[in-house]
Amino acid sequence: MDKSTLLEWYRQMVLIRRFEQKSAELYQLGKIGGFLHLYIGQEAIAVGSIAARQAGDHVITAYRDHGHALAVGSETKYVMAEMLGKSTGVSQGKGGSMHLADVSRNFWGGHAVVGAHLSLAAGLGLSEQYKGTDNAVLCYFGDGATNIGYFHESLNLSGVWDLPVLWICENNQYGMGTAVDRASAVSAIMQKATAYGMDGKQVDGMNVFKVYEAVGEALQAIRDGKGPQFLEMITYRYEGHSMGDPLRYRTKDEVEKWREDDAIGILERHILENKVAGKDALDAIDKAVEQELETAVQFAEESPLPAAAELFTDIYVDL
Amino acid sequence: MARITMRQAITDALREEMLRDENVFIMGEEVGVWGGTYAVTRGFYDEFGPRRVRDTPISEMVIGGAAVGAAMNGLRPVAEFMTINFAFVAFDAIVNHAAKLRYMFGGQMKIPLVFRAPGGGGRQLGATHSHTPDVIFAHFPGLKVVSPATPYDAKGLMKTAIRSDDPVLFIEHATLYQIRGEVPTEEYTVPIGVSDVKREGSDVTIVAYAQGLQVALEAAAELAQEGIEAEVVDLRTLRPLDMGPVVASFKKTFKAVVVEEGHRSYGIGAEVAARLQEEAFDYLDAPIKRVAQLEVPLPYSRELEQSALINKDRVIAAVKEIL
Repeated sequence: MDKSTLLEWYRQMVLIRRFEQKSAELYQLGKIGGFLHLYIGQEAIAVGSIAARQAGDHVITAYRDHGHALAVGSETKYVMAEMLGKSTGVSQGKGGSMHLADVSRNFWGGHAVVGAHLSLAAGLGLSEQYKGTDNAVLCYFGDGATNIGYFHESLNLSGVWDLPVLWICENNQYGMGTAVDRASAVSAIMQKATAYGMDGKQVDGMNVFKVYEAVGEALQAIRDGKGPQFLEMITYRYEGHSMGDPLRYRTKDEVEKWREDDAIGILERHILENKVAGKDALDAIDKAVEQELETAVQFAEESPLPAAAELFTDIYVDL
Repeated sequence: MARITMRQAITDALREEMLRDENVFIMGEEVGVWGGTYAVTRGFYDEFGPRRVRDTPISEMVIGGAAVGAAMNGLRPVAEFMTINFAFVAFDAIVNHAAKLRYMFGGQMKIPLVFRAPGGGGRQLGATHSHTPDVIFAHFPGLKVVSPATPYDAKGLMKTAIRSDDPVLFIEHATLYQIRGEVPTEEYTVPIGVSDVKREGSDVTIVAYAQGLQVALEAAAELAQEGIEAEVVDLRTLRPLDMGPVVASFKKTFKAVVVEEGHRSYGIGAEVAARLQEEAFDYLDAPIKRVAQLEVPLPYSRELEQSALINKDRVIAAVKEIL
């Protein structure tokens, strides 16, 4: 992996983490409404996997979607503007934190009904197969989503129709406050994939290198005609499920233990120990990210609210 | 002109649109090899092949959702629910995704798809297989809901639905598949969201759609023998609802009866009556009557089931109550 790639991964992961921390602040100030789900701890998955896609590949995820939006390259200021409900937001202020999309970058959202977007991913895969391209779909979802009917119907259909979909389970150990082994009959989520003809594989989701490699191989397998693929990323969210989480279901020790193997820390150590770049280079990236965030927040704050007439636009195309 | 069944009219519309646009394809349970549970897509699998006529597992959630996903990225799926009763399983995909994604993502995507769903009661299928829940789906902005009553309208509306860039729920009353009507051999379409006067009259306005329209026309024919001339307006589309011809007719007759096969509570009749008093209050000469399904689950036993459903006698009785 060349230096510029590693530094770019580092930049994206730091950007996502700082974006989330800034969002939490803005939420506490009442500037962000609705629900807010932070991606802190899971950054290596969005960054490592999206780095492995080809331009035509699609990305679709659940409501913990800020990281994916930033990793596909949506401009920070437009993502932040959406958080603040402004007309300049990626979804024009109509979607909010849980419903970011940027179709120009093949990013289809941001979906907040658990499991539902797996069916959309199957359809996106079908569309590429139908058109005869070699593009695939990267579909992300949490461990909690693997217990709903949508998951099973979508994986089954992908197997029956050989759809070019890479199913990526971000197993962060809890569906809201319910631990995996309290909600799923099998605690290794990848086992569920075998029922639908896929060899599930577990990946260290804290390690961006391992994510990148596994996703690259899986996408290649899809393009080689080996059908849909399934990866279970083992990861952890450091913050609560959402901002209103009382965190009664886990201990501080458990969180601290996961933090020792932090995604950004792993990449940072790799860069420094292998002398890819020095501390000063990383500090410069940190500083640039702070600047970018500051600009983005200012842009979002100064952007206009959606005009009253926007209430009635885009309900239908032709009516 | 040719005199064909409504089933044939829908078949012809689907086939012509598939020939016209490569992006149109069919998916659903038993639509392919079997030929469609109601035989609407018979022969399609042989003509168009498994790529464009896709048999699905019994998986309504992903039938609904995959159609949305394919439509987002430029295809034009015609996804069939074997009956509208099974569309309940896909309720989330239909109303929470097909109908909402374009708006929620600020207009970034179009969802040009058709959900086909045979529905209705009167076939001794028991309570879970006999719903007429059209109004529930019509409640939600973002979805277009169409339910034709004649072969002519069925063909023309299906073509418009397939060409529409918005999601359309196309409800086919299963007892209407056998009815026959005149259909032009040349190309035509019928617009979505336009009500149509199916019979002219000056004494009372009967508002109906789908199977209710056929019941209303029977009642109107019998009333005419007694010298009562009913004007019958076919809504054809439940969302967007075109009240224009209904209001125009009401301003002529001052009386209205709304006929629908669904339950009376919160139904089309309630909506039409509310709009009439809002839009034509000064023309109101009598209570607006509603003829609808009784408030019971539909039973299996034939006579018992029929007694809960609408029929021409109930429409005639309602008309006579307000004349």
